[in-house]
Amino acid sequence: MDLLIFYFFAGLAMIAAMGVVAVRSAVYSALCLAVVFVSLAALYVLLSAPFIAVAQVMIYAGAILILFVFVIMMLSPGVDQGAGALKRQRPLAIVFGLALVIELLAVLAVAGLPAARGTFTPEKIAQIGSVQAVGAALFTDFLLPFEITSLLLLVAIIGVIVLAKKPRKG
Amino acid sequence: MTVHHFIILSAILFSIGAVGVLVRRNPLIMFMSVELMLNSVNLAFVAFSRYLQVLDGQVFVFLILAVAAAEVAVGLAIIVAIFRTRETVDVDEISGLKG
Repeated sequence: MDLLIFYFFAGLAMIAAMGVVAVRSAVYSALCLAVVFVSLAALYVLLSAPFIAVAQVMIYAGAILILFVFVIMMLSPGVDQGAGALKRQRPLAIVFGLALVIELLAVLAVAGLPAARGTFTPEKIAQIGSVQAVGAALFTDFLLPFEITSLLLLVAIIGVIVLAKKPRKG
Repeated sequence: MTVHHFIILSAILFSIGAVGVLVRRNPLIMFMSVELMLNSVNLAFVAFSRYLQVLDGQVFVFLILAVAAAEVAVGLAIIVAIFRTRETVDVDEISGLKG
């Protein structure tokens, strides 16, 4: 049953990801991206990480995608005009993309995976609670990265305000 | 359903995103392809987190979410600023450094 759910959402994610790249209109690309985000959230549930799944839907599908759609509506870039300056770039990109897939799969096939070494089995996470377990890790072992993230967000806010400000005359 | 299923899916999604960045001329769609690549990395993190039975991967995904949000906000602001001065969103026509 789990395998069936996996194949369904994995196929959906792959088709939608190809849609993001292949579809002409930017709005349709954004819609395809929403499908990718939601199917990945479903896969996170399958991996017994419900907190990450909810965060995925809220932040990616909720905030980031809405921002994309806002900017698409504001700029209304219309349809992509095709190859443009570099005619040979498109087929070359597809060849290199396939090479990248083969390379990544070869690495996976060659490299052995280490044995499980932690104690957080899905049963234990379910017992503690997904949010509690991730939160405890975030506020003990990863406190410094967490604090630095707040600094990063502050810098992003300031940067966006500076960029969005009307340029001064003269 | 093993960790390999998820890692293979992650590799395929990453490659689709990389092809998208190379193929498209619209910076918005290139940006979406970058998001796709970030998402595939997130999937690999969560899959390995489950496989190794440690929570570090999930914490990293949480941090990547924050980085992605910051990156999208700044990136889209740059695209809007470019559109305001150049009246175009085609990466081939944005070739000068001086605004």
